Amino acid sequence: MSSFSGLQPSSSNIQPDYQQRVGSHPFCKNKIALLALSVILFLTLVAAATLLLSWLGLPWPMNPNATDLSQKLLPPSPLHWLGTDHLGRDVFSRMLHGAPISLTVGFTAVIVSLSIGVVIGSIAGFCGGKVDQFLMRLVDAFLCFPTFFLILTVVALLGPSLMNIVLVIGLVSWTGTARLVRGEFLTLRETPYVQAAFTLGQNSSTIIFRHILPNAAAVILITAVLGIPEVILAEAGLSFLGFGVQPPQATWGNIIADGKAYLLEAWWLILFPGFAIFVTALSFYLVGDSLREAGEK
Amino acid sequence: MLSFILRRLGLSVVLLFLISFISFFIITLTPGSPYPWGEMNPKISPEVKAAFRKKFHLDLPLHQQYAMMLHDLFTGELRSMKDDLPVMNKISTRLPATLSLNIMAILFSLSFGTLLGLYGALYRGNWKDMILSFLSFLFIALPGFWISYLLVLTLVKHVGIPILGTHSYGIEFPNHLALWLDRLWHLMLPAIVLSLAGIATQSRYLRSSMIETLQENYILTARAKGLAPTVVLYQHALRNSLRPLITGIGMLLPILISGSVIIETIFAYPGMGQLGYQAVLERDYPILVTLNFIVATMVLLGNLLSDLLYAWVDPRVRLE
Repeated sequence: MSSFSGLQPSSSNIQPDYQQRVGSHPFCKNKIALLALSVILFLTLVAAATLLLSWLGLPWPMNPNATDLSQKLLPPSPLHWLGTDHLGRDVFSRMLHGAPISLTVGFTAVIVSLSIGVVIGSIAGFCGGKVDQFLMRLVDAFLCFPTFFLILTVVALLGPSLMNIVLVIGLVSWTGTARLVRGEFLTLRETPYVQAAFTLGQNSSTIIFRHILPNAAAVILITAVLGIPEVILAEAGLSFLGFGVQPPQATWGNIIADGKAYLLEAWWLILFPGFAIFVTALSFYLVGDSLREAGEK
Repeated sequence: MLSFILRRLGLSVVLLFLISFISFFIITLTPGSPYPWGEMNPKISPEVKAAFRKKFHLDLPLHQQYAMMLHDLFTGELRSMKDDLPVMNKISTRLPATLSLNIMAILFSLSFGTLLGLYGALYRGNWKDMILSFLSFLFIALPGFWISYLLVLTLVKHVGIPILGTHSYGIEFPNHLALWLDRLWHLMLPAIVLSLAGIATQSRYLRSSMIETLQENYILTARAKGLAPTVVLYQHALRNSLRPLITGIGMLLPILISGSVIIETIFAYPGMGQLGYQAVLERDYPILVTLNFIVATMVLLGNLLSDLLYAWVDPRVRLE
């Protein structure tokens, strides 16, 4: 409530309401969004720690790929917190080792789609005319495809690997960003300071990179955050259909895919990894949405 | 109006052409062979391979392959590479199941989405709004396959409700009504799961549109002249906020059809999604190209329909 800050008693008149301002940013007021942000940070930390530990040769809490058929399909217990799968592997360990994969796929695929989207959107919005017309028709065409089915087809035909999945998801899902960036360019082009830059004879690249793009950054960042959960869900869906990152590498999606044959006897193989996907996606959506709302206020 | 429709149809044809081009080249240029017997099978003689290549025009240069594909697509001569059945026959037996599933899911998305969005806007900033908002994010973030499995697990195992397939097998139905009710019953659960993401997006759109409308002057006027709150809400505000709902119909389709690939597989629902998944597994190119084409046509028609509806609902919009 920065508008009332002048009326509030403050302990020191000289110090500006710096602390108040930090705490009163609309994003910080949203308790749920802060909680979601801490979930994401926690997950990132866990993923990093798991990677570090397994790199040091100390896979914690257990080796995610150590099989023990005498211990197969055990329900959750103090030894195996989330039970074991059909090969006797510890589900909790596998889930920890799946976390870096989900996050990596999420971040990198969004970077790919964002780069394409920003470039195409910028070109369309800046050039206008025929170029804009053509690029927007291309976007329209891509929007008619059932995205997930297209991703599934290409990944299945190319062969599923981490690299292919990231590239294909990125190459297919840039359309939203392109539309948005184009819109921003069309608006920002008409602002007085950009018109002034044109009048002063500045070259196009200066105008694009110094005057327009920085002002579109907030919108781009928000699309990026909202894009991550979509990628994570798409990757999980691919894994589930058998075209995600391949076993023995554990991912949340392929724990479920392996577990679906034991659906009726081993519910823990479905419940926990799915819950992890769900909570991660939900957290990104909540953070992205509250960023958007904070930007609107 | 007529010129608008004609122009849009013309544009749609151009887009469909572009779409068939993209999907053909994406599918054909990816490495790997479509042979039903595997690339390296020693038992297949070169003559058989050559005959297969000739039959499906794989021996021609790419641009001719594309032309042949378009020709076969429109004359209905396109055949599956696996069982040599006409693609159109295979798809048309699957179409009713997918259509009923998707129409049901759209109905759910629109109705529940409207309800959630409406109350969200009414109780804006209130704890009720927070719960509704949270609920809609929850719906988007739920992985479809996960929630389906949980439902199958609880309902089939613990409650014992048969929900797989399109209808119950081995039961004689006394009359048509019972048969249709049984089919509807089997449709419910997959349709609900499929519509979750749609409900969420629709409710978010409606909420923000409704919040905007509620700040308009004519709402103030309507309240000031003492109209009942429900009249103001439903006749003035809701009617003017329906815009995103209509534009949503066109955008929902590709999402739903993507979703039905997974949902149909889990619920053993014999629709196009399942057919597509099988075609992906078997690298059946003609089916993949045709499926993409049919979905794109449906999406374009949906968009045209939503534009027309849009102009009908909102007289300020002029179609030119």
